[in-house]
Amino acid sequence: MSGSGPGVADFGARLSFDRGEPGRRAVDVPSWAGEEAPLPDDRLLRDSVRLPELSQGGLVRYYTALSVRNFGIDSGTYPLGSCTMKYNPKVNDTMASLFGFARAHPQALAEDVQGTLRIQLELGRGLGELTGLPNVSFSPAAGAHGELAGVLMVASALDDRGELETRRRILVPDSAHGTNPATATMAGFKVAQIPTGADGSLDRATIERELDETVAAVMVTAPNTLGLWERGIEEVAGLIHDAGGYLYGDGANFNAIMGRVRFGDLGFDVVHLNLHKSFSTPHGGGGPGAGPVLCSEELAPYLPTPVVEESDDGLVRLVAPERSIGRLQQFQGNAAVLVRAYAYMRALGLDGLRAASGQAVLNANYVRALLHGHYDLPYDRPVLHEVVFSGSRQRRELGVRTYDIAKRLIDHGFHPPTVYFPLIVEEALMIEPTESEPPEAIEALVDALIAVAEEAEGDPATLHHAPWTAPIGRLDEATAARRPVLRWQEDSASP
Amino acid sequence: MSARSSGSPHPYIPATEADRARMLERIGAPDVGALFADLPAAMRDPAIHLPPALPEPELIALMEELAGANADPWRPDFLGAGAYRRSIPVITAFLTGRSEFATSYTPYQPEISQGTLQAAFEYQSVVCELTGMDVSNAGLYDVASATAEACLMAARVTKRRTVALLEPIHPGTAEVVRTYARGAGLGVDAVPSPDAIGEEHACLVAQQPDFLGTIVDLEPLADAAHGVGALFVAVADPFALGLLRAPGDAGADIVTGEGRDLAGPPNYGGPSLGLFAARTKYLRQMPGRIVGRTRELADGNGRGEQRTGYVLTLQAREQFIRRERATSNVSTAQALIAVAFTITVQALGPMGMRESAVLCYQRAHDAASRIAALPGYQTPDRGPWFQEFLVRGPVPAGELAAQLAARGIGAGLDVSARPEPEARDALLFAVTEATPDAHVDALIRALAEIGGEE
Repeated sequence: MSGSGPGVADFGARLSFDRGEPGRRAVDVPSWAGEEAPLPDDRLLRDSVRLPELSQGGLVRYYTALSVRNFGIDSGTYPLGSCTMKYNPKVNDTMASLFGFARAHPQALAEDVQGTLRIQLELGRGLGELTGLPNVSFSPAAGAHGELAGVLMVASALDDRGELETRRRILVPDSAHGTNPATATMAGFKVAQIPTGADGSLDRATIERELDETVAAVMVTAPNTLGLWERGIEEVAGLIHDAGGYLYGDGANFNAIMGRVRFGDLGFDVVHLNLHKSFSTPHGGGGPGAGPVLCSEELAPYLPTPVVEESDDGLVRLVAPERSIGRLQQFQGNAAVLVRAYAYMRALGLDGLRAASGQAVLNANYVRALLHGHYDLPYDRPVLHEVVFSGSRQRRELGVRTYDIAKRLIDHGFHPPTVYFPLIVEEALMIEPTESEPPEAIEALVDALIAVAEEAEGDPATLHHAPWTAPIGRLDEATAARRPVLRWQEDSASP
Repeated sequence: MSARSSGSPHPYIPATEADRARMLERIGAPDVGALFADLPAAMRDPAIHLPPALPEPELIALMEELAGANADPWRPDFLGAGAYRRSIPVITAFLTGRSEFATSYTPYQPEISQGTLQAAFEYQSVVCELTGMDVSNAGLYDVASATAEACLMAARVTKRRTVALLEPIHPGTAEVVRTYARGAGLGVDAVPSPDAIGEEHACLVAQQPDFLGTIVDLEPLADAAHGVGALFVAVADPFALGLLRAPGDAGADIVTGEGRDLAGPPNYGGPSLGLFAARTKYLRQMPGRIVGRTRELADGNGRGEQRTGYVLTLQAREQFIRRERATSNVSTAQALIAVAFTITVQALGPMGMRESAVLCYQRAHDAASRIAALPGYQTPDRGPWFQEFLVRGPVPAGELAAQLAARGIGAGLDVSARPEPEARDALLFAVTEATPDAHVDALIRALAEIGGEE
């Protein structure tokens, strides 16, 4: 082997643990010149810990090589449906790393973190304006965490009404993110699934039939995961309230409706937003995000601890709501993500946010128009932020799966769309371009999808073995799950 | 505005007015507003009040002003109690700042996500080595939610409905466990000693070092838990594990911990990082993403090389497959913070992890002995400790903190309301390897001054 860079034949075979040499180090630790206190008894201590020993340059080169084997928004178009992979403004990262914010200690007294708390207060007010739900807690670290907060708030409110014992069911559409039913279970409820109607909206008849005194809440993603507006959701909200239940809103797709319509006006009682989606904070390969939970006056006493509040003297402080469900994190949530989200809100203002939602929706409809006819479109009506095509014709007629189409798209320089979700669409291809893709990028994406569809007709084998140009080919996921190798072991490096 | 009226609406939104006109024509819609026709007309485009948009230079000025409204970030400050300022190698932020890491998402497409996946595998390996456990997930939100997940998992494994938390445990951790337990219908007992646990308990949870800084002998706790058929969950500071015995060696079944402090600055508590590691036999009950090592398929691309690669695995546990029967609802967690944590630990290496922990221990003990030598001050003894210690002064705890604040020094956390007798009238001070000598000197001077006035 002649080199160690990302182009090496079997780069992944050697972890940091297999590189370097005993005695090398990447950083120095100052020595202690003062008096030495005796260390605790040996039985409380360890001898050593097995870790790699690399020089500083060696470690930098290894992680740089890893980064080169990754695709991010800055690498190219990333139309991952349901994930809102929009441009992440760099100024947000720089602002979040200002020492005043970054070095703030989570146990600091309120008067020592007025800048941080003022940001959370103002961001909360902005989100309150945008959602029509003025009460917020920033405690949830991500969307699913926000869901847990919201459903636990519903449980507490029902408990106070003396109805928690009887209202045991939460209705969840079959198009929902998997986190919705998983959350309902974690909060102690039973899940009942609502089918999607032929027009892509909730099946109203089923909802009306299911709504009774055993229903705690209905969890609705709006717009839904087909990229479609839930027509008449404001009437459904009324039905739910008449039946004594609550309407939970999964705001993962808020990017479509920022400044256009408000959850509170529609009758939603509690929602979470994914600030790493709509508010442009970096997704980090799977976090950190932020999943603030917002709610009506009725549910406000149950918000997670803490919430931010401005006192009469102008001091912003953290308080525990009166009937709070309690804490969801040891401290106050992903504060640095909130700094980024606030910078985004201030950079755009209302006009900018409305321009963003408008362009996101225009871009998705542009994809829909350009790609129409090349792939099946099971729910064929104007969409909001994303559009879900299907590769079922390619599968049926050509033996090419959506999986193959996604892999071939990599060779064209694109991150594939979300595939096989929502579950109600066979061979789903869920495309969310976001507002930050220019039309020429969208046209290039569509051209690539059409080229792949044509290739599927003439040369399906090329698709079956794609990608050809990625850092690595298709991996054996079945063996990975059957015989799990989940950590470095000595002598585990491939020869 | 006139300059922008025909251009793009914002630097983050590239389409120009001409682009939009062309796209609308292709779609067959008169204007952008028409695309929202499904929204209820009476509620569309409501009045919304947001502060005006700021161009980048003005945004920077505003944010710098807000950052300046926080306390001086370089003043002496001795808060710990769950978050510790550490010496973070410069390369950690440099490497995690690479946008290929930062601007990617959940690695559903492994062929173009090997950076995230292999880094997560490095993370899992590092966590296993530090904790002495068999398997780790790719990280959860924070130590408290990870510990709550550990309690839920212990309840699934043992089919028992109550968990026991050994005091003193971080109150934030205890509260999050209670929040999650209420949802799951589990009971939570705070116990003063391992003798108080019984066959109703799914697990015993103990913090290392404990909330008041004391190093805990974990083995007798593990034995006590196992003696009643419960799991033992250790909540360990991974930095301290550079020096302290690995909880896995002491018999822990699950180890959780907080990774934030080794990933970067405290950031007012978040982004945090919840470590979660366990014994192999509980693997399929674990929450969160897990990355596994595998090879290319033999017919993957016709090259027949079968190179090594990494994938998300054991996904049948997870919400997007199993839905209401998943082990947890976790989806997005703290992936980038896990990469930062890993780079710091690997940069320190086996020598640096131990040396840093020892330096931290020595600095803290030196500061404590200097304080104890001041007239009117005590550092109540609770046995061997690592980086945090109790200080009782000549004035009540709250007043001592206020007098330090008046001298520009951030005091340790006021723990005077806690039930432990040693905590009576005390502040909990943290001194770490990253605490400058000058800060400790300033603290000693200020304490002496306050003492002299009494």
